[in-house]
Amino acid sequence: MKTKTPKGTKSDILFDIAIYGILFVLFLIIVLPLLNVMANSLSSANASMMGKVGLWPVDFSLESYRMVFSYKQVWAGYLNSMIITSLGTCLNLTLTLTAAYSLSRKDFFGGTVLMGLFVFTMLFSGGLIPNYLLMRDLKILNTWWALVLPVGISVYSMIVAKTFFQTTIPLELHEAAQMEGCDDFNFFFRFVLPLSGPIIAVLTLWYAVDHWNSYFNALLYIKDEKLFPLQIILRNILISNKVDDLASLAAEDVEVRQAMAQVMKYSLIVIASVPMIVNGGRTAFIN
Amino acid sequence: MSMTIPWYQRLARSWQLWVLILPALIYLVVFRYFPMYGALMAFQDFDPSSGIFGSTWVGLQQFEMFLNSYVFIRVLANTLFISLLTLVIGFPFPIILALMLNSLGSRTVKKTVQMTTYLPYFISTVVMVTIIMEALHPRSGIITLMVKALGFPLNNAMGDPNAFVPIYIISGLWQTVGYSSIIYIAALSSVDPCLYEAATIDGASKFQKIWYIDIPTLIPTAVILLILNIGRIMSLGFEKIYLMQNNLNLQSSEVISTYVYKVGLLEANFSFGTAVGLFDSVINLSLLLLVNQVMKKYNGNGLW
Repeated sequence: MKTKTPKGTKSDILFDIAIYGILFVLFLIIVLPLLNVMANSLSSANASMMGKVGLWPVDFSLESYRMVFSYKQVWAGYLNSMIITSLGTCLNLTLTLTAAYSLSRKDFFGGTVLMGLFVFTMLFSGGLIPNYLLMRDLKILNTWWALVLPVGISVYSMIVAKTFFQTTIPLELHEAAQMEGCDDFNFFFRFVLPLSGPIIAVLTLWYAVDHWNSYFNALLYIKDEKLFPLQIILRNILISNKVDDLASLAAEDVEVRQAMAQVMKYSLIVIASVPMIVNGGRTAFIN
Repeated sequence: MSMTIPWYQRLARSWQLWVLILPALIYLVVFRYFPMYGALMAFQDFDPSSGIFGSTWVGLQQFEMFLNSYVFIRVLANTLFISLLTLVIGFPFPIILALMLNSLGSRTVKKTVQMTTYLPYFISTVVMVTIIMEALHPRSGIITLMVKALGFPLNNAMGDPNAFVPIYIISGLWQTVGYSSIIYIAALSSVDPCLYEAATIDGASKFQKIWYIDIPTLIPTAVILLILNIGRIMSLGFEKIYLMQNNLNLQSSEVISTYVYKVGLLEANFSFGTAVGLFDSVINLSLLLLVNQVMKKYNGNGLW
């Protein structure tokens, strides 16, 4: 109906300008707070606490980083979180890939019923307390198993992996392999896994971020301070303002402790967030 | 062909697939289905030392206690209000962002904006809440100072019950809008470029292309995500709300999940806490089934 008139293209240009404008504002809304955190972490404690810091460090100082680096608990937590994240992600990948592959096969006898069993757990769960009592009965309270086992598989991720197998592993490849006498185990390990690079990368990212960032299960199941993951230690310092064993200073005074927490806050935020942000950015870039 | 083969032979033929799925199946039974069985304690007066078998059954007594308790209305209203607002406000933004990014000519701008908006997703809840608390700090918070500079009064936003929900929702939007838009961007990339060319030849403006090509493409994805989100409406994320809570804002920040944690676990009212959690799960499941039926009837897209 409408013909391509100069007026039409003019409105397209206006439309473009409007969209670029909106996206630019959005870009600023996302980036400025992040820059503010960075700038604060590089400013002196005084400037930061007076709220003087905008987008550029005021009274440039690395004191805050120096303090975090000498704070042993943070590094213990860092190490714990790295172990938990690696252990958990390995378990997640094993469970997810094997289940997803079996369920992706049309000729898997019983597949539909099993799929139903998986999907139902997305819709309904026993709840917090039955889960807690299960950990207690399994005698894994206060161990890292309680952080890793209850989140063994995300059904959502499993479905994504299943769809990936269904769409990228050619049926002909499986038939040809079968003709050659290749059984399902061999086919899975020798053909499917080597072809699954992209999905493994995505799953690793999702699972690793979840493990690294979660604090809830540790709050429920871990009481021993030596086993605390980083997020619990962060919560104690950042939100509850609890600074316990300062290596450099025997701070008995509550006010001194709070000031320390205040000084460390921004550099802690940066140090704790960098691994996953870098990881996420890299995976996004590859894909 | 497979019809003529007896079932036990078909089962035997896929035994290796069964072995592959076995670890996940064991996990599912132990860590997902067993707690559902454990949830039966909601109908008991559970005694930790005698377990599910030894405890006395009390029927719906725990549920009645919750429905009659003075916190019931407040906790339920907070949960519903926060979830519904999160859904209504959080749902359209990722779609709009995806549509805008998809309409851009420049790939560099598209990639840059996409990458930046996606970064906050990787910040942990603990760190996110710290950033919020710092930005809203009564004396030094940058947002407090900016609002004051504009001439509005703002003292202790974190302690203001009326400010809790807006803070929760806006910060959530900031953190997840980019990440949530990925799935829509992926769906849009499946549009056949010929459609756009044909539309250009027919003289369609950019806005018309979005309206008649892009939006219809997104509807199936959007409906599925909407149903899934509605199914989660009551199971509001515990992590962020719990950290944002303080005594001053509790009247608008106490939701079912935080209540279950405090009363059920910290105060060790196991049966009562389970009953409250179960009440929550059942409402979620019913909402999901309901919305799924409605969507299937009126628009043909459903989960199954």
